[in-house]
Amino acid sequence: MAHSVRRDAPELPDFSLLKRLARDQLIYLLEQLPGRKDLFIEADLMSPLDRIANVTTLKQHDVDKLYKVEHKPIVSTSDQLCFLIRPRIKTVKWICDVVNADKAFGRFRRYKIIFSPQKFYACENLLEEQGIFGDVTTDEWSFYLLPLDDDIISLELPEFFRDYFLEGDQRWVRTAGSALHLLHSVYGPFSKVYGIGRCSKMAYESWREQVEEGEQRALQAEIGNVFLIDRDVDLVTPLCSQVVYEGLVDDIFRIKCGCVEFCPDVTSSDKSIKVMLNSQDKVFNEIRNEHFSQVFGFLSQKARNLQTAYDKRSGMDIKQMKTFVSEELKGLKQEHRLLSLHIGASESMMKKKTKQDFQELLKTEHSLLEGFEIRECISYIEEHINRQVSMVESMRLLCLLSLTENGLLPKDYRSLKAQFLQSYGIEHLLTFSNLKQLGLLVEQQPGETLTVMESRVGKLVNDKTAGKLTDAFSSLAKKSNFRALGRRLNLFRTRLGNGQETVFLVQD
Amino acid sequence: MSTWPAAGYVASEVWKHTCSHWTVKVQKCSVNINMFFSISNVFKLKESKRAVNSIRSLVEEEDEEDDVEKVSWSGEPVGSISWSVKETESSIRSTGEVRDQSFPKIHTAPSLPKNSSGYSLSSLFKEHSEKLLTSLIVYLLDCRWSVHDDVILLWQDYVSDWTPEETVKRMQQGKVYSLEKFRSLQDKLLLLDEAVNAHDGNVITAVLIYLKKSLSKEILFRELITREIALRHYIHYLKEIGEQKLLLMQYRDHLNVRDENKRRDFLKNCLSFPFSPDDATHVQDHYTLLERQIIIEANDKQVESSGQADIFKKYPRKASILNMPIITTLYYSCFYHYGESDGTFSSPANIRKTFRISDKQFLLTCLGARAKLKAWFDVDALFTTKNWLGYTKKRSPIGFHRIVDILQKNNAPVQVLQDYVNLVEDVEQKISLAQKYKCHDVIINTYRDLKDRQQLIVYRGKVEKGSSEYRKIEEILSNSVRRSFP
Repeated sequence: MAHSVRRDAPELPDFSLLKRLARDQLIYLLEQLPGRKDLFIEADLMSPLDRIANVTTLKQHDVDKLYKVEHKPIVSTSDQLCFLIRPRIKTVKWICDVVNADKAFGRFRRYKIIFSPQKFYACENLLEEQGIFGDVTTDEWSFYLLPLDDDIISLELPEFFRDYFLEGDQRWVRTAGSALHLLHSVYGPFSKVYGIGRCSKMAYESWREQVEEGEQRALQAEIGNVFLIDRDVDLVTPLCSQVVYEGLVDDIFRIKCGCVEFCPDVTSSDKSIKVMLNSQDKVFNEIRNEHFSQVFGFLSQKARNLQTAYDKRSGMDIKQMKTFVSEELKGLKQEHRLLSLHIGASESMMKKKTKQDFQELLKTEHSLLEGFEIRECISYIEEHINRQVSMVESMRLLCLLSLTENGLLPKDYRSLKAQFLQSYGIEHLLTFSNLKQLGLLVEQQPGETLTVMESRVGKLVNDKTAGKLTDAFSSLAKKSNFRALGRRLNLFRTRLGNGQETVFLVQD
Repeated sequence: MSTWPAAGYVASEVWKHTCSHWTVKVQKCSVNINMFFSISNVFKLKESKRAVNSIRSLVEEEDEEDDVEKVSWSGEPVGSISWSVKETESSIRSTGEVRDQSFPKIHTAPSLPKNSSGYSLSSLFKEHSEKLLTSLIVYLLDCRWSVHDDVILLWQDYVSDWTPEETVKRMQQGKVYSLEKFRSLQDKLLLLDEAVNAHDGNVITAVLIYLKKSLSKEILFRELITREIALRHYIHYLKEIGEQKLLLMQYRDHLNVRDENKRRDFLKNCLSFPFSPDDATHVQDHYTLLERQIIIEANDKQVESSGQADIFKKYPRKASILNMPIITTLYYSCFYHYGESDGTFSSPANIRKTFRISDKQFLLTCLGARAKLKAWFDVDALFTTKNWLGYTKKRSPIGFHRIVDILQKNNAPVQVLQDYVNLVEDVEQKISLAQKYKCHDVIINTYRDLKDRQQLIVYRGKVEKGSSEYRKIEEILSNSVRRSFP
C-alpha cells in the first residue's frame, strides 16, 4: 500500500537506483560470455527482469532469443547458452540433462549459469556429480531487491516461507542479510534496528557480519530505523478475507510482481490485458486502500467528473479546443482507460463475491476473530467443506479457527479433518501434517484445570448450552494468545483490513 | 484508510456462579456487514458504467497510436520479456524448427588456459617467506585467476591451517575452501556445529553433503539426531535431490503413479507403514475407495458404451470417477446409481456406510445430485420421515434456507421452492427468501398469519392486477375487515 502523506515526513529514497545497479551487474555478467547467445529465463524471474532490463537492452548485449525454462529438451540452435535461474536443484538437474544430451550427440556449446541471487553449494555439487562442472561457468547475479512501487520493495522469493517455516531450512538467511546490507550501503547507515522473531535475529546477525567485513562509508542516511518482523508473528492477517480494493483484486485476479492480468469480460474487449498496478495509476492509487463498499461511490464520482470534462468541448471555440487537445485530452483519455478497467474489475468482483456467499464468510471470520459463537462458526465451516465450495477457502477457515482458538478441540480436529479429506481427497493427509508442523492447524493440548468444573457443570445442562459453556470457559481459562494480544493492541474495534496489526506492533 | 462501524456482536460475559447457574449478556452492536452489497452501491456501479461507456465512443474516435499501450493478442505488453518468449515459441512452432542435433563435431570442451611460466618456482620460495607467497596464491584463487599446478600443491599445505571457524567464514563469503582435511569425526562435528552457529543454510547443507560422502549412514544419523537444525537441513536436502526414503514421503510418491492399478497396489503397501491410528484409517479408506472406483469405472464404462441405461445417454459422463474424493464419488453415485440396493459397490447407501459419511454430508450431496436431475420427488423423500403416529413430517439437519438456495441454483420450479421456503423457521428469513424467489403464496400466507394488513396492501401493489394472488389478497383483506367489526 502506498504511504499516506504527512507534511513533515522526509522524501522517499529513490529506489530506482536498485534497479540500475542490478541491471548494470547483469549486463556485465552477460558480457562475460561474448558473442551471440540464447537466454533461458526462469518463469519466476521473467516479470522482475522485465522491470529491470527489457528486451531491447538484452538484445543490445548480444542476446539472440529468449526462452522460458521448462523441464523438457530445448530447441535452441545457438552455440552459446545462458541460463538465468534461481538456485533450485530441480532446475540445475534439468540443465545437467541438457548439457549431457548435447555431449551425447557430440554437439559442442558454451554454457553459462547465472544464479540469482546467489549460488548454493548443493547446486554446484550436483554439477560436479553430473560431470559437467568443467563445461559450464557459473556466476551470481546479486539481484536482491526489486522496487514494486514508490514505497514497496520486494525480495521476490516466494519459496522463502515454505523453505524456512515449514522445512526449517535456513538457506535464505544470508540472502536476507545481504539485502539489508545492500540497503545499508546504498541508502545510508541504519541508526536503529528492531526485530521480532528468530529469523529476524539471524538475518540481523548475518547483516552485522557483512557490515563488519565490508568498509564503512559515511553517507547521508535516507533510511534511519529498520524493523524486522517474522511472518509467523502474525499468521492471522493473511488468512482473513480481503475487503479493500487492492486486496480483492489480488484475491480474484492475482497480482504478481505488481502486475495483474485482466480477462476479457473485464476489459470489455475480446482479449485479456496485463496492467501494472502502482501509484502511477492515479485511479488505482486513490481507491487501493478503500473498503470495497466505498469504492463505487468514488468511481461513479470520477466517471461523472470525466463526463463533465468531456462535455466542455462542445462549448469551445477553435483556440480553446487547440489548448484542450494539446494539454488536457491525453490525461483525460488515460483516465478514461484506467477508469473503465477498474469499473470492469469492480463489476467482476461483485459478481464473483455475491455468488460465493461472501457476506456469510465475512461474518464467520469476524466471529472467529472476536471469539463469539464459535460453535456456529464450526458448523458453518463444516457445511462449507461438505458443499465442496473451495478447497483453499475451507483450509483458510480451518487455520483461522485453529489460530484464534489456540488449536482445535481433539474431537473437532478429527471430525473436520475426516470431512475435509472426504470432500477434497485423502491425499491431503500430507497437507494436514505440513500445517501441523507450521502450527497453523493444530489440536489443543489437554490438561487444563478448569475442565473439572466444565464437566461438572456440563452434566447439568443440555448439549447446546454445554457447547456454549465450553466456549466461555476456554476463552477465559486458556491463554488465547491471539485474543489477548488483539485486545491489548485494541485491534477489534475498527475494521481496518490487512496489515494493520503489524503497524500496531510497530507503534507499540 | 476508512473505518466502518464494528459489525457483529459484542458479548460481555457476565456469569454468576450460583450453583448451576450462569448467564450471558449479549449486546448487539450495529450490524453493518450488509453495507457491502447495498442497493446504493449497485446503483452507483451502474451509474459509473453508463458514464464511462457514453464517453467511450468519443475517446476511440480520436485515438492516437502512440498514446495507447500496445498489447499483443496474448495480453502481454509488446516489448516485454514474456511477450518476446511467447513470440519465439510461436515462431518455432510455425517454422517447425527442430534442427538435427547429431551432426558430427569433434570439438573437445575447452579447458582452463594454463599459465606457462618459464622460470622455476622453487627459486622464488628461497627469496620470499612461504606464508606471504601462499597468501598471494590464495588471493589469486579467490579472484578466480588460474594458477599453475605446482603452486596449487603449495596452497594445499597452507590450507591445512584453516580452522573450522575460518573455513565456515570463507564458505559464507564465497571464497575458496577445502573440507577434505577434516578427517576425524571430531573435526567433522566441530565443522558442522560451526556451520550451524553461522545460521547460513547454504553452508550447513554444503557441510552435510561432505559428511554424507565421508560418513556411513548410521554414524551420520546417530550424530544428527542430537542436532535438530542440521537434521532438518539434511532431510530437506534429501527431499530435494529425490533420495527420500522417509515414510510419509513414500505416500506422497503415489501421487505420481499414473496407472490406477499400480497405485492401488502401492497403497496396499503403504498400509503397513506405522501411521498414527487416525491416519491409518484414512489411508485404509483411500485404498478401499480406489479399489471400488476401479470396479465402478470399469462397469459404468461398459454400460455407457453399450447404451443400455438411459441415464448415461441423457447425461453422458464428462470424466472418469477414478481418483476423485469420497464426496464426489457419492455425488456420482447419487446421480447415476440412485436407488440401488446397498449390496452393490456403486449404490449411495453402500458408500455412505463404508465411509461413515455423516447425515449432513449425505443430505447435501444427495440433494445436489437429485436437484440437478430435477427429481423433485426424490428430493422430497429425503426429508420426509414418519413419526410414530404415522404422520409424515419434514425434517432436515441443515437449515431449510440452505436447501432453498441449492434448489434455486438448480432451477427448481417455483412450486417446489415454495414448499421449502414455507418450512424455513425464521420469519424474517422466510419473507426475504420468498420475495427473492417470488413465492407469492408464501408471502401472502405469512402476512396473513402475522395479521399485518399494511404489508398485505403494499404487497398487493406488487402483484399483477387480476391474478390469482391479487384476488387472494383482496379476499383476505375483506375477510379481516369483516371480522374486526363483529
